[in-house]
Amino acid sequence: MKDEITREERVDNLKGMGCSRKRVEDARFTQGKGNYVDDIKLDGMLFGDFVRSPYAHARVKSINKDTALKVPGVLAVLTADDLRPLGLHWMPTLAGDKQMVLADGKVLFQGQEVAFVVAEDRYAAADGIEAVEVEYEELPVLVNPFEALKSDVVLREDLVAEDGSIPAGAHGPRKHHNHIFTWEAGDKAPTEEVIANAEVVAEETMYYHRTHPCPLETCGCVASMDKVNGKLTLWGTFQAPHAIRTVVSLISGIEEHNIRVVSPDIGGGFGNKVGAYPGYVCSVVASIVTGKPVKWVEDRMDNLMTTAFARDYHMTGKISATKEGKITGLHCHVTADHGGFDACADPTKFPAGFMNICTGSYDIPTAFLEVDGVYTNKAPGGVSYRCSFRVTEAVYFIERMIEVLAIKLNMDAAELRRINFIKKEQFPYKAALGWEYDSGDYHTAWDKALKTVDYDGLRAEQAQRVEDFKAGKTRKLMGIGLSFFTEIVGAGPVKNCDILGLGMFDSCEIRIHPTGSAIARLGTISQGQGHATTFAQILASEIGLPADSITIEEGDTDTAPYGLGTYGSRSTPVAGAATAMAGRKIRAKAQMIAAYLLEVHDNDVEFDVDRFAVKGAPEKFKTMKEIAFAAYNQAIPGLEPGLEAVSYYDPPNMTYPFGAYVCVMDIDVDTGVPEIRRFYALDDCGTRINPMIIEGQVHGGLTEALAVALGQEIAYDDMGNVKTGTLMDFFLPTAWEVPNYETDFTVTPSPHHPIGAKGVGESPHVGGVPCFSNAVQDAFRPFGNTHTNMPHDHWRIWRTANELGLHD
Amino acid sequence: MIPAAFEYYRPKDMAGVLSILEEHGDDARVMAGGHSLIPMMKLRMADVPHLIDLQDVGGMSEIEIDADAIKIGALVTQSDIIDNAALADVAPILREAALQISDPQVRYMGTLGGNVANGDPGNDMPGLMQCLDASFTVVGQDGERVIPARDFYEAAYVTAREDGEVLTAVTIPRPKGGHAYEKQKRKIGDYATAAASVQIVNDGGKCVSAAIAMTNLSDTPVFSKTAGDALVGTSVDDAALKIAVAAMLGDIDPTEDNRGPVAFKNHVAGVILRRAIARAWSRA
Repeated sequence: MKDEITREERVDNLKGMGCSRKRVEDARFTQGKGNYVDDIKLDGMLFGDFVRSPYAHARVKSINKDTALKVPGVLAVLTADDLRPLGLHWMPTLAGDKQMVLADGKVLFQGQEVAFVVAEDRYAAADGIEAVEVEYEELPVLVNPFEALKSDVVLREDLVAEDGSIPAGAHGPRKHHNHIFTWEAGDKAPTEEVIANAEVVAEETMYYHRTHPCPLETCGCVASMDKVNGKLTLWGTFQAPHAIRTVVSLISGIEEHNIRVVSPDIGGGFGNKVGAYPGYVCSVVASIVTGKPVKWVEDRMDNLMTTAFARDYHMTGKISATKEGKITGLHCHVTADHGGFDACADPTKFPAGFMNICTGSYDIPTAFLEVDGVYTNKAPGGVSYRCSFRVTEAVYFIERMIEVLAIKLNMDAAELRRINFIKKEQFPYKAALGWEYDSGDYHTAWDKALKTVDYDGLRAEQAQRVEDFKAGKTRKLMGIGLSFFTEIVGAGPVKNCDILGLGMFDSCEIRIHPTGSAIARLGTISQGQGHATTFAQILASEIGLPADSITIEEGDTDTAPYGLGTYGSRSTPVAGAATAMAGRKIRAKAQMIAAYLLEVHDNDVEFDVDRFAVKGAPEKFKTMKEIAFAAYNQAIPGLEPGLEAVSYYDPPNMTYPFGAYVCVMDIDVDTGVPEIRRFYALDDCGTRINPMIIEGQVHGGLTEALAVALGQEIAYDDMGNVKTGTLMDFFLPTAWEVPNYETDFTVTPSPHHPIGAKGVGESPHVGGVPCFSNAVQDAFRPFGNTHTNMPHDHWRIWRTANELGLHD
Repeated sequence: MIPAAFEYYRPKDMAGVLSILEEHGDDARVMAGGHSLIPMMKLRMADVPHLIDLQDVGGMSEIEIDADAIKIGALVTQSDIIDNAALADVAPILREAALQISDPQVRYMGTLGGNVANGDPGNDMPGLMQCLDASFTVVGQDGERVIPARDFYEAAYVTAREDGEVLTAVTIPRPKGGHAYEKQKRKIGDYATAAASVQIVNDGGKCVSAAIAMTNLSDTPVFSKTAGDALVGTSVDDAALKIAVAAMLGDIDPTEDNRGPVAFKNHVAGVILRRAIARAWSRA
């Protein structure tokens, strides 16, 4: 039998790995045909919404529902007293703490949920909220974690014993009633000794401000309790639907088989939709109480003020080196502001996430990290906003410390990085703080980046600019921002990564249909990452059926296999691996079928793109399409009919994507306005599945990095009032503020991942924040700046210029 | 983000508008594009039990240009201003300023009348209208009256317009000389950190008239007569600029907010004004 098309054409037809296949999701999204939580409309559906605290710290003396219950359309008002008999007035957090579902005698942050009004529509609910009368008694407010650790004011009376002693928390002993945990990594005494005896030591204190993931779609859910069959269906904006099902079962007592959790289309997550929120619990209870479906959807202010802040790390660093710039030791202390409840979304054993990746991309022989978590009167959260757990904080810390050390050494920061990079031949590399980096080739990436941007030319131009500035010829300074980052993603090996005891494996289940198309279901859930496109590409290459013939389905716990969801760039490293492994199981059975059909031994056929062919006789073959039909319709001795597979993948290690970024910025010292002239981003995410989607992810991550570095913050005043609760003040960049990005890549496959892929969605955010920040700081380096805190908005940049005496 | 219940009216003529206003007093508000009022209602910061939509009234969507003046109806949108070539020809500063208001979607809805009538110190058009010495026509049960823009603003959201009156048109003397609207903002859609309107006339290298107004640097727009006067008779050299900036700084009264502290705003106001004057002078 003669082939009518070439092998190359057969490869192209699959649209498998490496192809910039257009996103299959976009047809519906660009036509407004997505199906988000708020698009769900059920017969008799009610709406719930919260009465929220105007105070950051107050006793709740009384709640009067009477007037609210008289508002037309209002059916019920739930308070903590209503939830108490069910044991649902508090709920467990992902960090081993517990959180009030509704104010139980006091409130701990502005916007805290006080009562849940259930009404026939959201207008009536809003009117009902206005009519609930709450009597508060204000208490002293603590918004500064350092003051909180010294204050007599007790934020969490529930965590103080009757005799006044402080019981240990979920992560060990607590030093003070407002202290949550101390977490250590590395060797304290040797690190202190190395630093004490070092030739050069640079020290810096920096604050990585509080911000928020702010996805375009806020959090929300629809709960529907069917009292006839006893089944609860919960649609919601869940980044981890299976974990939500288990948690709902554990706290409600409803058996897990009677709960169906569905994540429909999700309009961005960025960590905001990992946690469990009071709105979910109240909606479920309200549906049980009323027997009707209940919808709850946050508005923008609710979202910014109450669910899932990110960052808020006060970091102090010491870095030691030889006179030649070889780094010898690193010490880092963090005071972590967790707000009123510890609801950080981290693997259980890592209360500060993977902050212990803070030795970065450098061969640092000795290091020590200590993190103290603190309660304050701010919203709970502490999520990984477009990053793996606390990795943005870690990378910002080390990339600033490198710059500060370069200043101390009077050395070029690019060269300082180069002489300290972990070398290619050192991988797998065991870092001082415990991680084993799987692979990397940092020098190649760095040299490519610096060459592409003509780094030496940029430095010469910058030097000339400084001369011109001093001569009064210009009022603009030029900054060159550098960053080299290593992410740690793909959580993770079940042996050390779990959330609430749930191991962080992931899964894929494949069914091949008789006519040679397929459906694959995964334990993850896309929030814009394009899983329906890319996972089909992995499968296309693995099983030889066109990606266009493969449906990818996620998010329905009744149909999808169990998995821990999508965040921390874990989908490709974990579920992507499960997909490849499940595909290989399909291929193994297909091989037996092909051999039978070709009347040869199993070992005499080999896989070739979209078929099995007889070794040495490629004209004798069976396509995967033919094999699929035979699998169902031809009785094959010794083989069950059908062609299905499932794989649960527990990764042996994390993956370690890395990258080299350069930003060139001009800064108007008189107005504080920065202008990004150039941004170059080289990413190495291992094997590249879809270059177009990678580029889109890099653009998105860089834009969120720009936001955080240049203005995006959740700011509080001294009374604990949120000052940035709307998009007027919370900086969400538009196309106008975003520069043109130049993207580039190297490929260093992960040695332990089935297809060598590492994950990319979060890398640009992790590497981008320090790059933008370093550009601002570098502009002022010639005038004596060593460090200024983000966000670098206009007035803070102006303040730096002002303090350096650059204004008349 | 859910407003309290309100009655919605869409009268066909101004008499209908005025009678609803008379009936409900300050419980009624008129709405043009709605881009200031509706967000305030959704935040429940504005309580408007009776909302009167002006869209069907008619006669307020024209731009008329004659030899001496420009008359712009209250319902003319920012987008209309940007797209009107004849207007851009006789008063290019209007287009320059309108392009710096929010984003295209807002500019399709937001109107000149709403922008100037609301009394929001963040709005761009009030300061510009003071710079151009515009006047506002308001109509009430007692008929029409004309209020100069420079006398219109009393405090934040408090203006010379009475509750029973509707602002129907803006009349601008045809501007002379060079112009500039200079605005610093944090991002698209933001109000000004500082903005300056400048209209300046050059006669043989000497400034013969200059009008200067500042935006979002006080609880009202600030027409700084002393700043403009400081330029008159000079060649707009550095010494004159210094005096003008100092005069302007004496007239503004910024407050600290998320855009920055007072010292920063004063500094930026000075920088922005200098740039606006320089650009206007280069065009004069």
